[in-house]
Amino acid sequence: MDKFTKLTSSAIPLEIENIDTDQIIPARFLKATDKKGFGENVFRDWRFDKNGNVNTEFPLNDKKFSGTILVAGDNFGCGSSREHAAWAVHGYGIKVVVSSFFADIFKGNALNNGVLPVQVSPSFLKSIFEEIKKNPDTKIEVDLEGQTITVLSSQQSESFEINSYKKTCLINGYDDIDFLVSMKEEVEAFEKARVE
Amino acid sequence: MKKTLFDKVWDAHVVKEMKDKQQILYIDKHLIHEVTSPQAFNELEQRGIPIFRPKQIVATADHNTPTQDQHLPVKDEMSRNQLNQLNENCSKNNITLYDLGHKYNGIAHVMSPELGITQPGMTMVCGDSHTSTHGAFGTIAFGIGTSQVAQVFASQSLLLQKPKSLRITVNGKLKPGVLPKDVILYIIAKLGTNSGTGYFCEYAGTVFEDMSMEGRMTVCNMSIEMGARGGMIAPDETTFNYIKGREFAPKGDEFDKKVAYWKTLPTDEGAAFDQEYHFDAEDIEPMITFGTNPGMGIKINESIPTEDNASFEKSLAYMDFQKGQSLIDQRVNYVFIGSCTNGRIEDFRAAAKFIEGKVKADHVTAWFVPGSQQVAKQIEEEGLKDIFEQAGFQLRQPGCSACLAMNDDKIPEGEYCVSTSNRNFEGRQGQGARTILASPLVAAATAINGKIIDITKQFD
Repeated sequence: MDKFTKLTSSAIPLEIENIDTDQIIPARFLKATDKKGFGENVFRDWRFDKNGNVNTEFPLNDKKFSGTILVAGDNFGCGSSREHAAWAVHGYGIKVVVSSFFADIFKGNALNNGVLPVQVSPSFLKSIFEEIKKNPDTKIEVDLEGQTITVLSSQQSESFEINSYKKTCLINGYDDIDFLVSMKEEVEAFEKARVE
Repeated sequence: MKKTLFDKVWDAHVVKEMKDKQQILYIDKHLIHEVTSPQAFNELEQRGIPIFRPKQIVATADHNTPTQDQHLPVKDEMSRNQLNQLNENCSKNNITLYDLGHKYNGIAHVMSPELGITQPGMTMVCGDSHTSTHGAFGTIAFGIGTSQVAQVFASQSLLLQKPKSLRITVNGKLKPGVLPKDVILYIIAKLGTNSGTGYFCEYAGTVFEDMSMEGRMTVCNMSIEMGARGGMIAPDETTFNYIKGREFAPKGDEFDKKVAYWKTLPTDEGAAFDQEYHFDAEDIEPMITFGTNPGMGIKINESIPTEDNASFEKSLAYMDFQKGQSLIDQRVNYVFIGSCTNGRIEDFRAAAKFIEGKVKADHVTAWFVPGSQQVAKQIEEEGLKDIFEQAGFQLRQPGCSACLAMNDDKIPEGEYCVSTSNRNFEGRQGQGARTILASPLVAAATAINGKIIDITKQFD
């Protein structure tokens, strides 16, 4: 898993609420048996029409926006458990998703793939969108160790929550598998001891 | 300390408490399918980690399967490859697989309960968000991502933080024509699509006590549509009677012992929840959705609300509906009855009861897709298949089908589909498709009339 400590980047604004995992990666792209190539199809049906023509108005296709931070409306990632959504976001090159609310499963999937979900207050989210509107090159700094997100142009800053275990994992690029395998004896002991 | 149903089951599965509120939770049953498992198998293989408890895993092919000609090789190459990989992975690792055509094949969340695999007090996971379905049995069941599928493969456990608790109580008697699907669509319309995020939800009250297991499964299934990782209903005599005698249910003394334990699971009187909501059964009517998330629902004879919000307007534009519009008489060309939400025998009985003696509207294409081989068999045995065929409907073979349209069962662009599935997201049933979620009764009525009718008038 990619390590994450600190990032400064311009951001792509996606001012839409309740962006579900079917928008992030439509089901017809879930037929692959590896994790590669999902980035090409992230937000496929918003980025392209059904004949494959580029929708230039969509922020990901709009040349004035760039960067590795995605700023999205409330309740990002609702819907299915498909980790393909996190692979698609990651595969496209996004390292941080900022929203005022994340759906549970997407949040976990993102963290398991080195993508940091940063939950901010609705008012802070609004101010980020406004800053980007004013200047699409607006740089945002996300500091995982300090747990802060700062809009550099306006110096507006907010702290964000993250579970300290998950934080350690992200900083070091660890995932849960090795940890859980190292707990095998405890799991076996639990199995033996268990009386229903 | 007084405990909730959720507390009792959760606490009984904690292997170890870690710092930072993380707990290692033991998983009793792991259901897998072709779409979200291949990358997890690969992950373990690359790391040289064996599958820890293959006997606690049950696999089925459901998401990406055709619903016609299942005896023939699957036409789509990528789908075929995915199904082959599931087959190879399962045989390599000694995992039971109910593959296409197997008498137990079906949608994971239909197949597992009907075989008695799902039992009260268990922890269950699957790489599918509708795993919440199994909560109908008083089971902690929730959807996981593929990284977590790999974690459960490797350790039969997960590292988690205990969710908060939520209880939704609905008391009273449901009106005629109001089905379990309407109850959950009503709740989600009232509370919104993220009201349950961070919570595990218990459904309580006379409405759920009076409900069949099939109905309870429909309700728990859609818990995730309000953001809750899972939903649960206390096990009772209805639960025990449903499980008794099923293929993998405990038998004889073992069953009695289990029942004695299951009876200890319901929430203690006075146990505290982090959040509670109450509704009256009498306020619930047959429901339909008008937008692009399951929270955008109205009573069938209500008008679309007027809300000034860009996301709301985007949603209506996609659906080509107007604020204040009624959906009664809306012409509909497609109807889908099926999915892990409403693909069980009771759903087809409800549809058949309405359809019997009537004829399908000419312009309607209707897909009736049983949730499993067992449901398909029962539909035939109970004579429902004849009722459907006489009305001009064709029964398909089991699978997830048009719920997520991974196979060929896609709704064409711009078309409306009244669907008994669980999500009305943009493009969910095919690129540009417009989904209207409803109960099997409303779906059947739409298929007969070729338009949405006010079903409440049939019961006055």
